[in-house]
Amino acid sequence: MKSHVIVFPGSNCDRDVAVAIKNISGYQPQMVWHKETSIDQSDLIVVPGGFSYGDYLRCGAMASTSPIMQDVVKKAKEGVPVLGICNGFQILIESGLLDGALMRNNSLSFICKDILIKPRNQSSVFTKNAQVAKMPIAHNEGNFFVTSEQLKKIQDNDQIAFQYCDESGNVSEHSNPNGSLENIAGILNENKNVLGMMPHPERAAELAHGCEDGKTIFESIFN
Amino acid sequence: MLAKIYITLKKDVLDPQGSVIANSLRSLGFNHIEDVRQGKFIEVKLNTENKETANKQLNEMCEKLLANLVIEDYKVEID
Repeated sequence: MKSHVIVFPGSNCDRDVAVAIKNISGYQPQMVWHKETSIDQSDLIVVPGGFSYGDYLRCGAMASTSPIMQDVVKKAKEGVPVLGICNGFQILIESGLLDGALMRNNSLSFICKDILIKPRNQSSVFTKNAQVAKMPIAHNEGNFFVTSEQLKKIQDNDQIAFQYCDESGNVSEHSNPNGSLENIAGILNENKNVLGMMPHPERAAELAHGCEDGKTIFESIFN
Repeated sequence: MLAKIYITLKKDVLDPQGSVIANSLRSLGFNHIEDVRQGKFIEVKLNTENKETANKQLNEMCEKLLANLVIEDYKVEID
């Protein structure tokens, strides 16, 4: 099992992801500095959260032009599973691997709290074991937006991975923390091998975190 | 050559920052505010005097990096 975690200047969830992967898969992932130009054979590439390049211009915009991203895009197109979490989701959108845009939260506030998400797609490599799960969000720009044509496309193609929901699993305006269209918390690419999500599964991956719901995403990939 | 690039949210995209600014202006007593939209202004200095080359490259810059065309429009002006 070979996995890789990309590290940009300003990444701050890279080591959390590495610990989660090591604990769950038993294998230590390789950290890859963004100036590298290629990744070895990989079973999982993670683009972690943080504030790459200080969120200059738009969140993820600068990181998407980093040398390593050309190979991440190439590997994603070859079918390698790629997981982008929080800022990593923003980077995958900016690099063109995922549809849409992540705008400023409609409250104009940074939101840091536990939320619940419900899987909409349960067939991808990331979501095949997914159930309603609790994990934290911590972002200022997580307000997902797509044009109505793109929304129809991702709905028809079963690309919505997760939606924010309440404790009963109801998806409603009340359970929407940031104004995301259709309560979208995570989406997949057309081939379902690229997942971008705002919630942090790596921060809910062991008992010491107070919640282990995030483990299922990693277990799903490694099993 | 100096180019000016204006990046604005598309008309049908909500702009919560613009709404807050509009409310603040109203509370300062400006009673003719209908709407406020916030955007970005970028200056790019180019080392060419060929307007056609400049225009082509500036548009490419906007499409590849400076604007997010899902939510933003851009306008390029060359002095």
